[in-house]
Amino acid sequence: MSSSRFSPVFWLRWFWRQLTSMRTALFLLLLLALAAIPGSLYPQRSADPNGVRLYFDERPELAAILDSLQLFDVYTSVWFSAIYILLFVSLVGCVLPRMRVHANSLMRGPVQTPKNLKRMSAYIETEGKVDLELAKKVLRSNGFRAEIQENSVSAEKGYAKETGNLVFHSALVAVLIAVGVGGGLSFSGQRVLVEGDTFVNNLASYDSFSPGPLFSQEELNPFSLRLDDFEVVYDLRNPANLGQPVDFIATATLDDGESTTQQQFRVNYPLETSGANVYLTGNGFAPVVTVTDGAGDVAYSGPVVFLPQDSNMTSLGVIKVPDALPEQIGMIAFFYPTVTELASGAYTSIYPDPIDPLLTLNVYTGDLGLDGGIPRNVYALDVTNMDVVASRDGPNPPVELRPGESAELPGGIGTISFDGLLRYASVDIAYNPGGIWVLLFSAIALVAIVFSLSIRRRRIWVRVTGEKIEYAGLARGDDEHLESVLKEIKDEIEKEAQA
Amino acid sequence: MNVILNEPLSQISLLFVSAAMGLLAVALLLFAFQLAKLKDDPSESKFEKFGFVVLILATAVLAVGVVLRGVAANRVPWANMYEFSITGALTILTVYLISLRVRDVRYVATFVTGFTLVTLFAAVSLFYVEVKTLMPALQSYWLVIHVMVAILAVGFFAVAAGFHIFYLIKSAGKLSGLMDRFPDLKIMERIAYRFNMVGFVSWSFTLIAGAIWAERAWHRYWGWDTKEVWTFIIWVLYAGYLHAMATRGWNGNRAAWLGLIDFSAVIFDFVVVNLFFKGLHVYSGL
Repeated sequence: MSSSRFSPVFWLRWFWRQLTSMRTALFLLLLLALAAIPGSLYPQRSADPNGVRLYFDERPELAAILDSLQLFDVYTSVWFSAIYILLFVSLVGCVLPRMRVHANSLMRGPVQTPKNLKRMSAYIETEGKVDLELAKKVLRSNGFRAEIQENSVSAEKGYAKETGNLVFHSALVAVLIAVGVGGGLSFSGQRVLVEGDTFVNNLASYDSFSPGPLFSQEELNPFSLRLDDFEVVYDLRNPANLGQPVDFIATATLDDGESTTQQQFRVNYPLETSGANVYLTGNGFAPVVTVTDGAGDVAYSGPVVFLPQDSNMTSLGVIKVPDALPEQIGMIAFFYPTVTELASGAYTSIYPDPIDPLLTLNVYTGDLGLDGGIPRNVYALDVTNMDVVASRDGPNPPVELRPGESAELPGGIGTISFDGLLRYASVDIAYNPGGIWVLLFSAIALVAIVFSLSIRRRRIWVRVTGEKIEYAGLARGDDEHLESVLKEIKDEIEKEAQA
Repeated sequence: MNVILNEPLSQISLLFVSAAMGLLAVALLLFAFQLAKLKDDPSESKFEKFGFVVLILATAVLAVGVVLRGVAANRVPWANMYEFSITGALTILTVYLISLRVRDVRYVATFVTGFTLVTLFAAVSLFYVEVKTLMPALQSYWLVIHVMVAILAVGFFAVAAGFHIFYLIKSAGKLSGLMDRFPDLKIMERIAYRFNMVGFVSWSFTLIAGAIWAERAWHRYWGWDTKEVWTFIIWVLYAGYLHAMATRGWNGNRAAWLGLIDFSAVIFDFVVVNLFFKGLHVYSGL
């Protein structure tokens, strides 16, 4: 025997027993909670990619170390995955054998009456005469499964406790699978839509797109969505939050190939299409400008998306005019919906709605750097290779425009006009087929855990030996009511026997 | 959305909340006297009876304050940190007072009273904000369900934590004169378990409801936002507690300590995560 004692099989069994023990499950649970903490301390690539970038900028060396420990990707890291996979293996290893045992006990019914009932946690002994059939009937009417075994009745109830327990844990496995598969097939993408823009659902239309690993392009259902109108409702009545946006309402025309409908979507209320939902996530202004170059030709015309910089919607935009002649023109523009001048002479916006809008532009000429084949951020202008034409620091003051106005650009390089003001909406288009299954299995788990925690599993035996009647009870886990339940059963049987 | 805010009414609400704090302080004193007396005379109950009268009064006054705050804001009174705190305190007191009718949980009166008093004090002195309209991100009926059940779960966890504390004091043999008057360790453990159980089920529900809301608001049901992380951590920790109670050698002192650690995670989640962690749940209003 000593040779097999340390055989690989022995160790495997030993390891499996350890892994599937309750103690290990408990340890892994606590470890999982502990391992989840760093994800709330360090910015995560999944939830806050910008924060990660900032961290790298501010503390590059520390960031590199943290990154090598996967502390910016905690929830997909090797160590976090290892813990929850071990936990689920332990769970399956624990639940599967219990399922077999439970299925057996469900099929076989109550257990063999123990020889020595006095050793059970509740025990009453009386003398008299009791019909076992009657005892069985009383136990059954109390919800027990009962059967007569020779001179005793063996009864059990509360099977739903273990059923609930097993269903709960199985449902958790199903949740994990649904999360995994659903996440694999999912996609989400972002797009900025100016009023009047139409989005057509194909890969090229997205400003950014993040597919799951199992995503295929066929998942993109053909639909198109035109942003007809985007309204922001401000609070005008309450001094405490005057000018706070209280509602964002996007009105869009959806064409899913079969029919065309106009729908509204708002924060918390996405627009639902077959195969993807459209979520409103951001907003801003898109002033419409027309730029003519030195030759008098229109070199740019259309809305420009400006990024909000503060809660009063002071907005920053970049206008690039690569087709201008003789030289390319670049402009860094500020938009103030309701402008006011600070003591320093700088402008700021004091209200987010365009009551007194002003557009100011710093103008540069030279190489926009668009021809080098390097992708450039449309929201930033690299002026290192450009000449300043107009800015606060000279040589000319910034160009200032109100809606409808136009102005000459200094140095005869062209003109610009502020033709109108549109709003834009940032939308997320997202699809996750796993969501509904995750919800379903979570709901099952929730119902099951209520059964598992609230139901009592009890066994009761009644044995008649001549004139001696023994009542005994046993419960799974701590059960303060077992004795009183046993006594009530005894009383009821005695009452029935007299009747 | 044409909500009219009523700041003067909100000030009246604040008066009621402050009055409730005063009453809670009186109740706490009475319960403390009761404990001091109980040590020498187990039949003593005058202070306790009076204490519960004051506690019920405090709860009623606080309820008026919370309702008025809701009326002033024209919505549910739990949309920022101040409102979570006063509604949370009211919920803990209500859970506790109702539990008194079901089980003998008088023993943790000092803990529950003291804890809610501290909560209200923090609310009034640190978290107070005037009534504001609801930002679009919070305009959802899930605010009613998800947050209410979360607060309810905290109420149950809090009462359980009280029993964990007295369990550990008694089991360490400290204050033995007083602790002899407390229920058996077994009974305190059982009561704490029941409360944590209900808390755990509520917490599970709030987690699921939060995921449904997140899918509506942020296009994904789960994204490891800091608040989501801590909801998950707390869920796993209480799952750990429930397992501990079913593991030989882990119930008793260890489970009680674990229950206390779990509850401190709840408080950490509410205070530190809300105020200092970056994330999407930035609703403290501060």
